[in-house]
Amino acid sequence: MGLTDYMQSLSEIRGVSGHEGLVRAKLRELLAGHVDQMESDTIGNLYAYAKSNGKTAGPKVMLAAHMDEVGFLVTGADKDGMVHFANVGGVDAKVVPAKVVRIGPNAVPGVIGTKAIHRQEPDERGKPFDPKKLSIDIGATTRAEALKLVKPGDQVTWEIQYGPFGAGLVKGRALDDRIGCAVLVEVLKQAYAVPVVGVFTVQEEIGTRGAAVAANKLLPDIGICLEGTVCADIPGTEPEGQTTRIGRGPAISLMDAGTIHHPALVKHLVAVAEREGIPYQYREATRGGNDAARMSLAGAGAMACAVSIPCRYIHSPVAVASPSDFENAVRLVRAFIESIARGELKA
Amino acid sequence: MNDLIESFTQAYGPSGHEDQVREVIRKAVAPHCDRTETDALGNLICYRQGSGETATRKRVMLAGHMDEIGIIVTHIDEKGFLRFAPVGGMPPAVLLGQRVVFADGQVGAIGSERIDDPKDLKHEKMFIDIGATSRDEARRHVEVGDVATYQRPLSAMGGLLSSKSMDDRIGCVVVAETLRRLKNCPHDVYAVFTTQEEVGLRGAKTAAYGVDPQFGLAYDVCPVGDTPKAQSILNTALGAGAAIKAKDNSVIVPPKVKNMLVRTAEAAGIKYQLEVLAAGGTDTGAIQLTKSGVFAGCISIPTRYIHTPVETVMLSDVEACVQLSVRVLAGPIEV
Amino acid sequence: MDTKEFLRRLCEGVGVSGYEHGLVDTVREAMSPYVARVTVDAMGNCWAVRAGQAPEPRVKIMLAAHMDEIGLMVSKYEDGGFLRVVEVGGFDPRALIGQEVIVHTATGDLPGIIGIKPPHIMTDEDRKKAPPLHELFVDVGLDDAAARAAVAVGDVITLKREFVELAGEIVAGKALDDRAGIAVMLECLKRLTQLHHSADVYAVATVQEEVGLKGAATGAHAINPDIGVAIDVGHAGPGLPEHESINIGGGPAIAIGANIHPKLYALLVATAKECGIAYQEDVSPGRTGTDAWSMQISREGIPTALLSLPLRYMHTSVETGSMADIRAAGRLLAEFCARVDRALVEGLRWD
Repeated sequence: MGLTDYMQSLSEIRGVSGHEGLVRAKLRELLAGHVDQMESDTIGNLYAYAKSNGKTAGPKVMLAAHMDEVGFLVTGADKDGMVHFANVGGVDAKVVPAKVVRIGPNAVPGVIGTKAIHRQEPDERGKPFDPKKLSIDIGATTRAEALKLVKPGDQVTWEIQYGPFGAGLVKGRALDDRIGCAVLVEVLKQAYAVPVVGVFTVQEEIGTRGAAVAANKLLPDIGICLEGTVCADIPGTEPEGQTTRIGRGPAISLMDAGTIHHPALVKHLVAVAEREGIPYQYREATRGGNDAARMSLAGAGAMACAVSIPCRYIHSPVAVASPSDFENAVRLVRAFIESIARGELKA
Repeated sequence: MNDLIESFTQAYGPSGHEDQVREVIRKAVAPHCDRTETDALGNLICYRQGSGETATRKRVMLAGHMDEIGIIVTHIDEKGFLRFAPVGGMPPAVLLGQRVVFADGQVGAIGSERIDDPKDLKHEKMFIDIGATSRDEARRHVEVGDVATYQRPLSAMGGLLSSKSMDDRIGCVVVAETLRRLKNCPHDVYAVFTTQEEVGLRGAKTAAYGVDPQFGLAYDVCPVGDTPKAQSILNTALGAGAAIKAKDNSVIVPPKVKNMLVRTAEAAGIKYQLEVLAAGGTDTGAIQLTKSGVFAGCISIPTRYIHTPVETVMLSDVEACVQLSVRVLAGPIEV
Repeated sequence: MDTKEFLRRLCEGVGVSGYEHGLVDTVREAMSPYVARVTVDAMGNCWAVRAGQAPEPRVKIMLAAHMDEIGLMVSKYEDGGFLRVVEVGGFDPRALIGQEVIVHTATGDLPGIIGIKPPHIMTDEDRKKAPPLHELFVDVGLDDAAARAAVAVGDVITLKREFVELAGEIVAGKALDDRAGIAVMLECLKRLTQLHHSADVYAVATVQEEVGLKGAATGAHAINPDIGVAIDVGHAGPGLPEHESINIGGGPAIAIGANIHPKLYALLVATAKECGIAYQEDVSPGRTGTDAWSMQISREGIPTALLSLPLRYMHTSVETGSMADIRAAGRLLAEFCARVDRALVEGLRWD
């Protein structure tokens, strides 16, 4: 299967929370002909109803992968033509300085520059740059000139090219959660004997907003969240803090800030993985949250779980993931749903 | 009530893993209600039809949370020590040196890395020792994702009762005892033993959506100010009766509901006190925000040392809570 | 009722989060002439509903401005007849010291003072610290027994502050956040009597915004509108960076960001331009912290917009705003409502 030829466009399409339109359009294009029906709602979620072969008794399964990425929004321009910005989603101050960005629907280029080290005071050098003091240089010299090129509210994304990396890995922007979207696309490309709805959600990074609406609308029995997750198998992290390790398979969540993943689903995911010989690992952390919480708490409640792809350096301009983790995630989720359809889940 | 308090507090049931305690509670309350069922989040919903006129009969939801705080294994190191994260509010300083127990009875002890400054004590620097000497050996007994709770038996302590998990098994006892004593209740009662309260009032949220009540009453513990140099804003004390909640972090109880509870206590000569909290939430808040809004209140059991293994209550306060609860349900519940 | 008079009555009235019922009569009196009905729902939200002129079923617009103010609640009796308090909503305790307050008891209002040691007996350490709320207390001038008899644990407390008219159009008082927004809704309703509008307009004075945007959540569930517009306040300087604040007198700020449906933002801007109403930009990358946030994810999602009134010194007893901004916002809102029709609503669903 490989990490699909469309992963490059999914990674490079720009879509900060609230600006998911282009991602949605691409996903519609990728799924056309493969699913029964697609629709959208007023907040921007894309719903794709998997083919069913006619028989769909049994629990309704909702899958969620979010289209939005973290980034920035233009807040204004100052008298010297420098563009002010604010964070969208969790962006650590340390990844902000010295980057190339693209702004607004015309992808206007800019740089987030910083004072040259030669000119910094000694006590400045030890501290992270304060993002409130940084701005984007688009080459304009007055406010009026800047506002001809960009507008308050425009999205700002990092400029990164997607491509192969190291020994069979890939690197790119927004792997959290475009890689989850790719998993969902592949999962949706077959028919199931239970109702399966894939939702490409919006605004996850600012509070799982799209998933709240989608879960209210669908009221699923079972929710499966497909995410790109923390992978910190890097120097400076103890083994117990790494959370996941690249290449060891999709990560099954146990608990996070928003959800205690249903023990019966977790157990069954593991059973299916072992039976099918699919490598897997646990997500060894309880911090962070994702769309699973909204699915579990919608209406009178649902069983929810999460399957994630380890991504090094998430919430920074460029992340790294393993195509084998992606393939194994697709295999696991497909097999899991098929198993549920056969009535093998003991709740 | 002592037997009920013992069996409820001693049962295993941390947030998200309430199966065992649910079964203990179900057995205890089944004789006193028409039917019981379990929903997607594991809430135990016990229904009892009311005997009143349909015009004045209300759909009432009671909520006591079954879940207790715990710790979840996040990593097993090569020497067989278990790293963990909290499930609900587990103060690191209280955890240190405790004995904990897993679902199957496996016991562990909590240790920590060398700490030079007590302020550095955090969950990340602590671990569970189950006496294994390697990862493989540990994995024969526990797996990543398993959850342990405090292990602490119920003890009488002077005129008080002390145990792990009074929060909120004592609330569940009040609900169970209410059901047992309730005769001729005009209203349809849904007594819900909720799950996952400690991690965000989650069970109550979905249970309330399903039950769709017109009135809700939560039962939970509340802190007291009667110990040395306690929090300056706490008015409550052991022995001062059932605590009627005015406010906590999750809810501002509608004055009509609070006043109705006060009037009911006064009319029946039940000892009560008013409770105002600056921190901490309860299922009351989750019930209130259901759909188009629900009138909800809370009867609290005053408790010392909440979220430690020695949560302590006075039986007369528990008794007052039961009496108040029964009286409210026997009445018209006009708000 | 004159809008400034309405605002004065609201600001001088009592409506701590969860205890807003005292304000309903004023809202009802002011809005009744312009609406078909005024009702109060289970949470205490007050709906003033103005019918549209299209045949049923009509598009529903929900306007939301919150009635509640931050306040305090009596939590404990302290020796000597003093009262310990907790906050209801987010107070800066430093802005409470030396304030006159009113304790609202079951039998009437009692004046009180949030006391502090005089500087003469403060230690150097005392001088440097800002005491947290749990170290403050309210003095009602009574002894132990009298205080316990007069005041109940759970009684709410508000700041004593008259509505003050400063120079020009500027006014100050407590709770302009967000009673100024309710004044905007009154202006909007008045203006709508002169416009043709096909949609039903629900002007909702919401409750408990300050403690979790709660009234708007349950209200939106009950009404299930096609569009929601929140009217709240935004930070005006001095002391704030220019690109992070809006200006008094600059007109309403129209919010843009993830919490806002882009087409509603566009319609508000187009309407403002068309009608010659000065407005300001308000970029909100995520959570707006207003009723718009809870309305947006109610049920199957409600497209939302947000208008913010410039306000100085937010969450203090001297919040300061401009009547001119209030009137401009009311006019903008009315003209916007008049431009909402079924076709617009259908166009809010994305492809």
